[in-house]
Amino acid sequence: MSVAVEKIGLYPRFRRLALPRTLISGAIIIGVSLLIAFFPALFAPYDPIAFDYKALLKGPTLAHPFGTDSFGRDVLSRVIHAYTIDMQIAVFATVGPFIFGTIVGAYVGYAGGLAEAIFGRVVDAVITFPFLVLVIAIVSVLGPGLGNMYVAVGIVGWVFYARLVAAEVKVQKRLDYADAGRVMGYTPMRIVFRHLLPNAITPAIVYWMTDMALAILLGSSLGYLGLGAQPPAAEWGVQIADGKNFMSTAWWISVFPGIAIVITGLGFSLLGDGLAQLMRVRR
Amino acid sequence: MSAVPIISVDGVSKQFGVSYSLMRRLAGEPPLAVHALNNVSFEVHRGETLGIVGESGCGKSTLARCLVRLLDPDGGAIRFEGRDISTLRSAERRAFNKRVQMIFQDPYGSLNPRMTVSQVLNEALSVHRMRPKRDIPARIIELLDLVRLPHDAASRHPHEFSGGQRQRIGIARALAVEPDVIVADELVSALDVSVQAQVINLLLRLQEELHLTLIFVAHDLRLVRHISHRVAVMYLGQIMEIGPSEGVFASPRHPYSKALLDAAPELDPTHRSRVVAARGELPSPLNVPPGCPFASRCPHVFDRCRVERPALTKRAPAHSAACHLVDFGAMPSALADAV
Repeated sequence: MSVAVEKIGLYPRFRRLALPRTLISGAIIIGVSLLIAFFPALFAPYDPIAFDYKALLKGPTLAHPFGTDSFGRDVLSRVIHAYTIDMQIAVFATVGPFIFGTIVGAYVGYAGGLAEAIFGRVVDAVITFPFLVLVIAIVSVLGPGLGNMYVAVGIVGWVFYARLVAAEVKVQKRLDYADAGRVMGYTPMRIVFRHLLPNAITPAIVYWMTDMALAILLGSSLGYLGLGAQPPAAEWGVQIADGKNFMSTAWWISVFPGIAIVITGLGFSLLGDGLAQLMRVRR
Repeated sequence: MSAVPIISVDGVSKQFGVSYSLMRRLAGEPPLAVHALNNVSFEVHRGETLGIVGESGCGKSTLARCLVRLLDPDGGAIRFEGRDISTLRSAERRAFNKRVQMIFQDPYGSLNPRMTVSQVLNEALSVHRMRPKRDIPARIIELLDLVRLPHDAASRHPHEFSGGQRQRIGIARALAVEPDVIVADELVSALDVSVQAQVINLLLRLQEELHLTLIFVAHDLRLVRHISHRVAVMYLGQIMEIGPSEGVFASPRHPYSKALLDAAPELDPTHRSRVVAARGELPSPLNVPPGCPFASRCPHVFDRCRVERPALTKRAPAHSAACHLVDFGAMPSALADAV
């Protein structure tokens, strides 16, 4: 008996999981990206903001594999250093909305009634405006810069998480296990956060991963418009904007940062898909 | 059976609002409401099994949910050991639910798919402080033994079990808080017949061992007859007949009970009856007729039934029916001791 008692852990026993391939490839891309973001100096051959007037607008060569821009700055080094800012945008612009939106969504979905009605109108108000226009408007009011961009994205972005979580919690709370929790005398907090939310959060996590890719694109768009990261900081959107006047003569200034955006976006999307597969509940 | 009821239900009504359409507002008509329960009264005695039967939509699940306070009745009162349960607040309510537990119909929806069996039981045991922390694993083993699940079930998730096993996990969860009363809502209707018997027999054995009071809600008449001491027959949110199981099944005193029994499929082809016991469809619960709710389908209907609702009156000791035909179904011999 005592032996048997020890064997019964209160946590699920470890099981060998076949990890989805999308998860592995996504994790590798994002892992490498994070590594570059934390230690860009280890990978970059040049100083990203040092001018070199002897090597203006040089095409890809062995010395400058991605070429140089109109100030003679090494494009490869700038793309690598931009990882720091762009990965930061991906995380900072989405973590706040994810957490806040999840909590609000869980409350609204469980409470229903008046809270749901008010929330519905807020959602309507936000989605009436195109996302980018709303963010640009808020940044214009607050003033350009990364900090204000996070605030602007946060003000708008939580709504989408809240909507996803609220809809899912609403489905889950009608299932008998939620009633079983009530009959057990558990508090609403325990029912929502221990029982309903773990079953309702998957779509929000998947959306979060996609949203990180979108945040990078948004950061780049705002950088392009001069409302995000400010020059001479290396940021992919800023770099693409820098290259726009030289598209026909020096394509490499814009194309390589563009490729970096695509790869990172792909990494987050793969990670999201993989997580969705991993977290799928068998019934 | 003691004289003081453990649960008494006194004139309980429950309505569910239907969205108030613009047309009805403009026409000045009152909002529609589904009358799920209509002045339901009965008592449950300690240690007995009360079966509640009826067609789908008759309000039996609503009644079950009111009994454990998942729903609050709109009218009337449910008393547990003399206290109106709608007045209970937080801690008292938790204490009440610790003593009155429910087992659910759906073996797939009633367990959190992300929690292992031991997590489910551990939560129930620790929230209600049933055992000191270090004794919980041993108690989990005991509970698994009680519902005849293997010990290695503890570390598994619900999706690894069959429907019958899941219902037993549900029973173990309810038993974890050591309740006095268990309300079982269609406990086995989602299970195969062979598994039904196992689960039912388990519940009956547990009832005897743990001196539980059982309220068994079902639509399967043979099952209810097999396990219940007393039976309540419901129709359109009202109790039509209530009495000792054998009395109700052997000589139903209400035309509806008789119709239900006659409608149950007879296995022996020589006893097959072609007489239709009840005509027509269930009236809409949105618009319950003013008289006897069964009047539109009753083969014995007469004028009074359509205007005056019959009250639940005594037909035999502990046996009541709500029908104007007081002598309906009375055996000539039983007629003598009825009054």
